[in-house]
Amino acid sequence: MAEQAGMFMVHQTVGSVLCCKCGIPMQPNAANMCVNCLRSEEDITEGLQKHVIIMHCPECSCYLQPPKTWIKAELESKELLQFCLKRLKNMNKVRLVHAEFVWTEPHSKRLKVKLSVQKEVHGAILEQSYVVEYVVQDYMCTSCSRIQANPDQWVACVQLRQHVSHRRTFFYIEQLILTHDAASHAINIKQVNQGIDFFFSNRSHAVKFVEFLGKVAPINHRHDKQLVSHDPKSNDYNYKHTFSVEICPICREDLICLPPKVALSLGNLGPLVICTKVSNSITLLDPFTLRHCSLDAAQYWRTSFKPLLSSRQLVEYIVLDVETSNIEVNAGGSKYVLAEVEVARVCDFGKNDQIFRIRTHLGRLLSPGDFALGYDLYAANTNDIDLDKHRGLALPEAVLIKKSYEEKRQRKHRKNRLWKLKSLNMEVDNTTKGRVDEQKMNSEYEQFLRDLEENPELRFNISLYHNRDYQPSEMASVTDGGDVPSVPLEELLADLDLSDEDMEDVEE
Amino acid sequence: MATRLQFENNCEVGVFSKLTNAYCLVAIGGSESFYSTFEAELADVIPVVKTSIAGSRIVGRMCAGNKKGLLLPHTTTDQELQHLRNSLPDQVVVQRIEERLSALGNCIACNDHVALTHPDLDRETEEMIADVLGVEVFRQTIAGNILVGSYCQFSNRGGLVHPHTSVEDLDELSTLLQVPLVAGTVNRGSEVIGAGLTVNDWTAFCGSATTATELTVIENVFKLREAQPMAIVDEMRKSLIDSYV
Repeated sequence: MAEQAGMFMVHQTVGSVLCCKCGIPMQPNAANMCVNCLRSEEDITEGLQKHVIIMHCPECSCYLQPPKTWIKAELESKELLQFCLKRLKNMNKVRLVHAEFVWTEPHSKRLKVKLSVQKEVHGAILEQSYVVEYVVQDYMCTSCSRIQANPDQWVACVQLRQHVSHRRTFFYIEQLILTHDAASHAINIKQVNQGIDFFFSNRSHAVKFVEFLGKVAPINHRHDKQLVSHDPKSNDYNYKHTFSVEICPICREDLICLPPKVALSLGNLGPLVICTKVSNSITLLDPFTLRHCSLDAAQYWRTSFKPLLSSRQLVEYIVLDVETSNIEVNAGGSKYVLAEVEVARVCDFGKNDQIFRIRTHLGRLLSPGDFALGYDLYAANTNDIDLDKHRGLALPEAVLIKKSYEEKRQRKHRKNRLWKLKSLNMEVDNTTKGRVDEQKMNSEYEQFLRDLEENPELRFNISLYHNRDYQPSEMASVTDGGDVPSVPLEELLADLDLSDEDMEDVEE
Repeated sequence: MATRLQFENNCEVGVFSKLTNAYCLVAIGGSESFYSTFEAELADVIPVVKTSIAGSRIVGRMCAGNKKGLLLPHTTTDQELQHLRNSLPDQVVVQRIEERLSALGNCIACNDHVALTHPDLDRETEEMIADVLGVEVFRQTIAGNILVGSYCQFSNRGGLVHPHTSVEDLDELSTLLQVPLVAGTVNRGSEVIGAGLTVNDWTAFCGSATTATELTVIENVFKLREAQPMAIVDEMRKSLIDSYV
């Protein structure tokens, strides 16, 4: 300050004095003792813990922080160091400067941490390092002991059901669950006839899962509980909770005949409609007028109607002639163009002259010579109450649903795909009552994969992974170029693989 | 020869005693051991006087003096003044002065020729000091501290100052006082030299906490080993000069 005022300051050289204990010359400091003498005089680690006992669970390698928290940590990790430092008492008297692990044999059940602390003594700051030894005692944590006692025990269960004859919806939901990681808390997943059961150890996890399902599918759920035990002294009640969740039986590509009341409430939507998209609401499209509407879960379950015909009953047609009109509609992300087409069933084609003239919404996609899949109402025998309620309804002979790539697929002979899907770890119920036919499952899965290839909007929420085992077949060069829809490479995710040799193969 | 002692278990002997070449003042303690140590050392040579100043026992810090005179603060009672006048030899002029800063021992450090004083001392006091003690007066600070009497002690042969005194300051003071000076500590690293040590030309008394190193430094700078055979002293002087300048 005096220098700033412009005063003349004599340069001050600090002299040297003798240490009052050992007599070596040193710079004067607050204690007037050299560092060694000061260190020998004062032990700043006095009163600090040098020996601590910690509990460790050998099953899940967690460490106990009393009274109840278990912290997962690996040996010589940052979390373990933090935990060890938290267990030391009286650390507010000194300032911690540095801490690190000293290597100990893992079987010795000892952890050693070297700490450097600073404290002010006689006006001078002293730094000293010392070692704290932790004795590790094995103690099973509460969750591991509960699992050991009864591995099948669950507290909450979500029973997901859909009363239809195929499993397409469950394949799709399985992929959604994997993408959003919604079943991370499930302790067990079981596959049963017409559904999947999820078991949780905590009611709130089950509630969260049910809410997730409500966002991706139109569901109806109810909740029940069963008393397992009761502690009268502290009034603790232990229940087993069961959530019964039912997904609506309407799926994509189903043909539905709306009950009269529903048709009226939707603005006289033609009683025959196709379901085009199912998320947490159902999108219905009238293929003859291109009118569309959407029903959400609550609306559907008020008047739960069943589909008339579902994708099992699809029949193949060959398109003979297409006359498109100008009516174009964008419904739920896809464009539809109304067209009049002449079709014949593939089983009829060449054998007899049966031709149907019908209206369809697929005008954009079809051209003469294409194959299409649709419902054969001419030959179908339906006994639906709702159909009977509509008096004077003229049923069309066929309703086309989608274009078929079957012939081209057979020519391509592509056995494996560039992409693959992950699957949930499910336990399959092998009792006779619940047994699912394996061949049927495989063909349904294959159909599901083809669906994914054909519909980009279906792929929206799902993660597809690059298939490393993909071998392009030799036939690929011979046939015509990509008419068969396939998944573009940009949509594929890299599969997380921790082995070193595969690192170069990772593409996004 | 330096002696280590305690006043009622307290190592600050410079507070409770005042030693000059002509007399020695000690405080009245509970036991006689303090007084008897002084007497054992000094009785044949100079008078050792038991007294209080202004009713307090901190006689060392309240008064300042040398062989020519003694200055007392205005708070000294008449009985004390009379007692001192009676006990001390006639050549010593005992004077009570009117000064705002009444702890004269903290404000004035002197030997028989030169005195260092607190920079804020009055003009009249300064003149009084020059007159009564027959010394040349310099206003100084020691290591930035204004209480010069607390942070240094010097005799006619040498002096010890606050350990944080810089080399330039040490040279300056040494030139003023015309005696060799050394920066050091007393009572195991205590910086308050004036409180821990009291010294005259042939003897010194310091607190019992003083370490051997500090004692050696004191004995060398005040040249207290002159009574010993010359050979040993010369040897020691050589080895010690290497270590502390």
